Amino acid sequence: MATRLFASPSPHIHSADNTRRIMGDVVLALIPALAVSTYVLGLRVLFVTFVAVASCVLFEYFISRLFLKRKATIGDLSAVVTGVLLAFNLPVGIPWWIVVIGALVAIGIGKMTFGGLGCNPFNPALTGRIFLLIAYPVEMTDWTTGVPDALSGSTMLPAVKYHLTSLADVNFAHLFGGVMNGSMGEISAVALLVGGIYLLVRKVISWHIPVAVLGTMALFAFATAIGQGDLMWQLPLFHLMAGGAMLGAIFMATDYSTSPMTHKGMLIYGVGIGVITMVIRLWGAYPEGMSFAIFIMNAATPLINKYCRPKRFGTK
Amino acid sequence: MRMRTFPIGGIHPSDNKEWSKGQAIEVLDLPNEVYVPMIQHIGAPATPVVQKGDKVVTGQIIGQSMGFVSANIHSPISGVVTSVDAYPNGQGQRRMMVVIKREGDEWLEEIDRTTTLKRECSLSPEEIIAKIKNAGIVGLGGAQFPTHVKLTIPDGQKAEVLVINGVECEPYLTSDYRNMVERAEMALIGIEIIMRALQVQHAVIGIENNKPDAIEHINAIIARDNYRGIEVMPLKMRYPQGGEKQLIAAVTGRQVPPPPALPISVGAVVCNISSAIAVYEAVQKNKPLIERVVTITGKGMKSTHNFLTRFGTPLNVLLERAGGLPEGDVKLLNGGPMMGRSIVETSAPIIKGCSGITVLSGAEAARGKEIACIKCGRCVEACPMGLEPYLLSKVARLQKWDVAEEHNTVDCIECGCCSYSCPSNLPLLDYIRIGKQTVMTNIRARAAANKK
Amino acid sequence: MNTLVLTVLTLGVLGILLAVILYFVAQRFKVEEDPRIDDVEKMLPGANCGGCGFAGCRAMSEALVSRDNIESLFCPVAGGDAMKSIANFLGKVAPEKTPMVATMRCGGSCDKRPKVNHYDGALNCAVVNTFYVGETACAFGCIGYGDCVNACKFGALKVNTETGLVEVDADKCTACGACVKACPKGLFELRKKWPKNRAIYVACRSKNRGAVVMKACKSGCIGCGKCQKVCAFDAITIDNFLAYIDPEKCKLCRKCVNECPTGAIHIENMERLPKEPKPTKPEAEK
Repeated sequence: MATRLFASPSPHIHSADNTRRIMGDVVLALIPALAVSTYVLGLRVLFVTFVAVASCVLFEYFISRLFLKRKATIGDLSAVVTGVLLAFNLPVGIPWWIVVIGALVAIGIGKMTFGGLGCNPFNPALTGRIFLLIAYPVEMTDWTTGVPDALSGSTMLPAVKYHLTSLADVNFAHLFGGVMNGSMGEISAVALLVGGIYLLVRKVISWHIPVAVLGTMALFAFATAIGQGDLMWQLPLFHLMAGGAMLGAIFMATDYSTSPMTHKGMLIYGVGIGVITMVIRLWGAYPEGMSFAIFIMNAATPLINKYCRPKRFGTK
Repeated sequence: MRMRTFPIGGIHPSDNKEWSKGQAIEVLDLPNEVYVPMIQHIGAPATPVVQKGDKVVTGQIIGQSMGFVSANIHSPISGVVTSVDAYPNGQGQRRMMVVIKREGDEWLEEIDRTTTLKRECSLSPEEIIAKIKNAGIVGLGGAQFPTHVKLTIPDGQKAEVLVINGVECEPYLTSDYRNMVERAEMALIGIEIIMRALQVQHAVIGIENNKPDAIEHINAIIARDNYRGIEVMPLKMRYPQGGEKQLIAAVTGRQVPPPPALPISVGAVVCNISSAIAVYEAVQKNKPLIERVVTITGKGMKSTHNFLTRFGTPLNVLLERAGGLPEGDVKLLNGGPMMGRSIVETSAPIIKGCSGITVLSGAEAARGKEIACIKCGRCVEACPMGLEPYLLSKVARLQKWDVAEEHNTVDCIECGCCSYSCPSNLPLLDYIRIGKQTVMTNIRARAAANKK
Repeated sequence: MNTLVLTVLTLGVLGILLAVILYFVAQRFKVEEDPRIDDVEKMLPGANCGGCGFAGCRAMSEALVSRDNIESLFCPVAGGDAMKSIANFLGKVAPEKTPMVATMRCGGSCDKRPKVNHYDGALNCAVVNTFYVGETACAFGCIGYGDCVNACKFGALKVNTETGLVEVDADKCTACGACVKACPKGLFELRKKWPKNRAIYVACRSKNRGAVVMKACKSGCIGCGKCQKVCAFDAITIDNFLAYIDPEKCKLCRKCVNECPTGAIHIENMERLPKEPKPTKPEAEK
C-alpha cells in the first residue's frame, strides 16, 4: 500500500460525536418507555411502533431519491427517531393505515419539504401527530383498544379536567410508573425520566429545556392550586406526570433543529412551552396542550435565536 | 480550591501526549544542508544579506529584518551559501530561502557556548529589547509574532503582569513540556529578564494540570533559587487554553476586549515558555535564535522524539530519524492537530514556529463525511470567543460578508473547536476563515478610504 | 338577517376608511422619481450580476439617468447595441466597447498536471487557497472546485470532470467579470471576443522558472520566448518566465501556436497552421 498524503485546513481531529450516534442515543433512551408501554398496553405497541418507524424510513428514502434526486440520508437514523416519537404520541389501538398517513405527514410535510435533516422549522413527529389529531379525532382519542381491565377508557388528563375523576383519588404511584391509559410512549413518567437522565449523561441534551418546561408547569400548577386553596402538591405533580409532559419536555422539545441554540434561549423557550401547555390544559378546549405548546414555541425559535446570542468574549 | 480556566467554550480532546512526553530532548545531528526561509515570522520578510558563494558561520545574520514588525534571520550552521532563491515551504508555496551547505562547526565569536547558568543581568529594558530584536526571537508557540514588538509597550499603556504560556494545550505536542522539565532554570532566568524589560513585578506561569511533574519541578526551582514574583498557576485542562486571550482570562480573570484591543489593554503580556528560554540565551549568552525543540510524534510512527533542531533542517531528516512515514493514509502537520498546518512538501525546512511535526495516520488522517447541519448548537457551546460558528460558516459560504462582519467574525481565533465538535462533520472553520479574511480586508480598505 | 346586514356594513365601512387612510399615507410619503429610471431598467437585462460595477440593474439605470456623461458606464451583459439604444433614449452619447469574453488561463489538466496530495477540506477554491498551493505542485493553476462556476449567473462555466479544469461557454458568457473576481488564483481574463469565438491565448499563469514549471505540469509556460520571436505584431510579452498575448495587438495569425514547445498557447475554434518543414524567416519580424 502506497502512502497517500492528505491535506486540509485545521483542525485535523474530530470528536467521537456524530449525528448517527446522537440519534442512536435518543432511540436507546426511548427504549425503557417502550418496554413499560408494551408491558402495560400489550404487544400491539411494538407493532404500531414498527409500522411508524418503517414508514418514516421508507418515506424519507423515497422522497430523497425520487423528488429531491439526492442520496438518501436514512443512515443518520433521524427518521427512526421521528418514527418512534410519532408512535409514542399515538393511542395503541390506532389503525395501522392512520400511522402510515401520520408518517407521511411527519416526514413528507414536516421534514423533507423544508430540505430534510436540520432544516425543518417544526418537530416532524409533532407535525404528524397534530395532523392526525385534527384529521382523525375519533381514532386519536380512542383509548379502549388493548387496555387492561383495570384501567378506564379515558386518559387521566381529560378525566380530571372534565371532573370524571377527582384529583384527590388519583393513584400517583400508578401515574409515575405508567399503569394508566394514554398515548403509547407517554404513560410511564419514570421510564421517560430514565431515558432523559441517559441523554443528559451522554450530553445529547442539556438540562435547560426539560427543567424549564417542567419547572414552569409545576410552578404554574402550584400557583393555580394556591388560588384554589386546595391540592397544593397533587396538582403540580399530576400535571408533570400526566399526559405528554415528560415525553414532550425531554424528547420532543429538545429536538435540535427546532429549539434555540444558546442556553438562555433554551430557558426562554422552555418557559414558553410550560406556560402555553398549562394555559391550554387548564382553560383551553383540549385536555392536553403539550404538542401545541411545542409547536408554537418551535415557530418562535428563529426569533429567540436572533435575540439570545451568546456572550461575546471580552464584552460585559 | 477550584482550578482556574478560561470562561466560555472550549473542548476536551484526548491529549495524546503519552506518545512523546517521555522522550528526553535529543540534539539532532547537524544537517548537511539547510534551507533558511527569509520569512519565519509575522510581518515583513527579512532581506537576505548574503550571496551565493559567501562563507557564513553559525549565528551570523543572513537576513536583515525589514521594518518594525519583522525579525532577523541567522545562519543556523557554518558553511557556504549555495543559493538564494525561492523554494517551496511545507505548503508548497515558494518562499525566498538561503541555502547553506555545511562545512565544519564554526560559531560567531561573541556567542557564549558554555552551559553554565548566568543569572545576573544589569541591562536596561531598552538594551534587553535591543538584544532580543537582534537575536530574531519570535513567539515559539506557533504564532511567530516578533517578541521585541510584543515587549515594546505602546505609549500610555502599562504592563502589570507577565503571563508565561506553559499550557501546551495542543494535543500530541510535548516540546514545551520537555523544555519545562529539562530546561526550567534557563526559562526562569529568561522570565526574570522579560520582567525586567517590561518593568513588571509579577509573572505567572500557566501550566495545565496534565503536566503535574512540570508544575512541581518549576515550583521546586522557584523555591530553591528564590525567584521573587514568579508564580506557577495550575490550570484545568481544556483546549484552547494556550490561546492568548483565553490564557489571560484563565490566569488573571480579565477578558481582553474585542479587536482591535490587544492584551496590553488589560495590562497583560503573554510569552511562551520556550521563547523565555530563547530570551535567556539571547540576552545572557549572545546566542541568536537558531534552533528549537521540535516534537515528532504520531500513533503510526516507529519512534517519537523531541529533537533540538536547527532551523532550515529539511523535514525529511527528522522523518528519517523517526523511522519514516507510515504506509497508507497519512497527514503531516506543522504543529498539533488542532491548529497545525498541513504539510505537503517533505523537503520543506523546519522554521521558528514549528513546535512539532504531528503525523496522523490511517483513519485519523481523513476527515469524516460531511452531512447537513442539525442545529445542535455544539459549535456555539464550544466557541471560546462567544461566536456562532454555524452562522458565520454559512454566511461565509454564501459570501454575505456584511452579515459575517455584523456577527463579529473577526473575533475568531481559528482554534477549531467548532469543526472539532460538529457532529455533522461540517468544515465550519474552513469557511469562517475565508469570511474572517475577507471581512478584515474590507475593514482595512474602509479605514484606508476614510483616511483619504 | 340583521346580523348579515350589520356585518356587511361594518366591513364595508372599515374597508373604505382604511382605503382612504392608505391613500393619504401614500400621498404623504410619495417618493418623486424620474420615470425614465423605470424605462431604462426595463431595457437592461435584469440579471443584477454587478458586471457594471453597480449593485444591480436598478442602481445602474439610476446612474445612467442622473449622470450627464455616461461613457464610463457599460453593461457588458446587454452589449453595445443595447447601450446605444439606451443612450438614444436618454439623448446621451453611448460608450464604445468591443465585445469581450472570459478566458480561463490554465491548461493543466489532470493528465498533464498530476496530483501529489489528497485535499480533504471544504470543496471551495478560496478555502484551498487560504493555506496551501493545492493538490498539484503548481501554485498558479486551476484548483477546480468551481468558485467561478458558483459566481457565474449565466451558466457559462462548468467544471470538466475529466480534465479537472473549468471551461467557458463563450456563447453564454456575458463578460460580466464575476469569475475574474471569484477566482482566487486570478486565472480569468476578459479578452476581446473574435467572430466564431476564435481565440488564442497563453493558458498558464505560472511565474515560476521553466524547470519548476515542467516538474509540476507538462503544459505550462516555461518562458522560453520562442513565441515572442515569431510574433509579427509585438503582441507577446514575457514577464517572470510567463508569456502573455495582448488581445488588442494579436491578429490571430497562429504562428506562435506551433512554436510553443509545451502547448501552453491554446487555440480555439481555429485550425492550427500546417506544419512547415522549415519556415523561411518571417519577413515582418523586427
